[in-house]
Amino acid sequence: MNNIIRGRVWKFGHDIDTDIIAPAIYLNKYLSPKESALHAMEPIDPDFSKKVKPGDIIVAGENFGCGSSREEAAVNLKALELGAVIASSFGRIFYRNCINVGLPALYCPDLTAKVNEGDHLEIDLQKGLIQNLTTEENFTAEPMPEIIMSILACGGLEGYLQKGSGISNT
Amino acid sequence: MKIVEKILARASGKEKVIPGEIVECKVDVVMTNDRSGVRMMDRFNSLGIDRMPDPDRLVVIFDHDVPPKAIASANKQKELREFIKKHQVKHYYPMGAGVCHQVLPEKGHVWPGSLVVGTDSHTVTGGAFGALATGVGHLEAAGVLAKGTTWFRVPETIRIVIDGKLSGPVMAKDIILLILQRLGTKVALYKAIEFTGEAVDAMSLDGRMAIANMSVELGAKCGLFAVDQKTFDFLDGRVNRPFTPVVSDPDEIWEETYHFNVDALEPLVACPHNLENVQPVAQVGGLEIHQAAIGTCTGGRLEDMRMAARILHGRRVHPDVRMIITPGSAEIYHQCLEEGIIHTFHQAGAIIHWPGCGICAAGISPVLGVGERCISAQNRNFKGRLGDGTSEIFVASPATVAASAVKGQIADPREFY
Ligand code: SF4
Repeated sequence: MNNIIRGRVWKFGHDIDTDIIAPAIYLNKYLSPKESALHAMEPIDPDFSKKVKPGDIIVAGENFGCGSSREEAAVNLKALELGAVIASSFGRIFYRNCINVGLPALYCPDLTAKVNEGDHLEIDLQKGLIQNLTTEENFTAEPMPEIIMSILACGGLEGYLQKGSGISNT
Repeated sequence: MKIVEKILARASGKEKVIPGEIVECKVDVVMTNDRSGVRMMDRFNSLGIDRMPDPDRLVVIFDHDVPPKAIASANKQKELREFIKKHQVKHYYPMGAGVCHQVLPEKGHVWPGSLVVGTDSHTVTGGAFGALATGVGHLEAAGVLAKGTTWFRVPETIRIVIDGKLSGPVMAKDIILLILQRLGTKVALYKAIEFTGEAVDAMSLDGRMAIANMSVELGAKCGLFAVDQKTFDFLDGRVNRPFTPVVSDPDEIWEETYHFNVDALEPLVACPHNLENVQPVAQVGGLEIHQAAIGTCTGGRLEDMRMAARILHGRRVHPDVRMIITPGSAEIYHQCLEEGIIHTFHQAGAIIHWPGCGICAAGISPVLGVGERCISAQNRNFKGRLGDGTSEIFVASPATVAASAVKGQIADPREFY
């Protein structure tokens, strides 16, 4: 996985829940990740999936991804090829899901108030550094535990498990 | 150590663990349902494992899209049943058994001291039994089935002490709404909560499960209750394996302690679209409603059904309201039949739905139309959860929902009690 991520910011507020990121009404259709991703953020921004470009970065406030365990929320953002998600804090399961599907998720409570939609960011995952290229300000994300770095390095949990960390094909 | 630390220490084979530490743990139970189970199955299949190492660890409960409404669900559920057969999963509960978080403890798959993961955020309900039960994604659950373990960050524990005594139709649900109102949805992010106090001691397991269920709405990884005689009475005849309950050591220092007294608690309502937006029923009383629902993994237990029946008895649901009642499980449904509760609901003009998630996840009809308002005993009032983006969900106790259904407006259950 690439350690340097560059992209444009899409900004969201607090408590963006999984019903916004992956609305429940599409779940029983078992859409493919690409189809499902067309509905990401639909309740608050129906055109989000059309506007967002690969590599873009979501910056949100507190409790991003709170709510249900639906992996579709993380899968939707991954399928839109976002570079990373940064928030002041995350819903716990959503956070784990992001890591497990190979989408870097970073805690950086200082960033939210100091970034504007459309700013360009550069993230150094290894060092946990976030640079706002537009305003030339620097931020430090909370360090990621080793296990999370290892999972991300394998592109997600599937790659991590297959890399021989204990699953047996009996 | 605290309950959660003791469980994680045992499951990781360590003497002691401390908050913040990351540990690899052996998981006792993996729970899934039809909807997330399908995704978990796909994830498991893509790991390329022919035989599940320990299928007895897996519990599958069909409750979300039952019976299937979309052709895609019907097809996928068929595949899931084939998967269950292929891997000889013996703990399989077909549709009609009830909502997964109710069926899991009823059938003895949660026990004090156990470590349970489920592909559903409300798996935390198991905390009512002194278990560490928490939600995970589909891929992670598939990984646990493949490998038997997963990693956990040992959470800090906050303590919520609930003293005082509930009166009249004020319920455990009102207590968790009070906590949300006061502490908000982020107070316990990535943390464990231990609930204790006089009101907790007096509370039935039904009430404790309603509170544990919504601990995830406070952001928590898990919400736990220490075991007592009531826990053992509930589990008696259900859990058929030995277990060792764990309780927190008496000299523990808590990350934070919050005190509540419920002596003067009034019925509360969480207004759209955020669970922090909690108001006394008096504040929003009179607001017209179009749908009233009692059921789900939060408000579909026997105590809830009895309370609703007490309020609906001899009354009629307002003609402008569609009222849907979903007993949480087949066992509860049966008990409601025995006690004449179903008859009361029917006489009142409510529709009785088969056990399962009911209206909660928009897996089955009905849905809310433009600008429609629903009052529900469920746990979440997120925008668009039950239908059109302009519709609104008010979350309240089964008592408040029943009173509102009769009045056609959000109403105070004390008027009808
Ligand atoms: S009743 Fe609702 S919240 Fe509970 S498991 Fe079913 S869909 Fe989820």
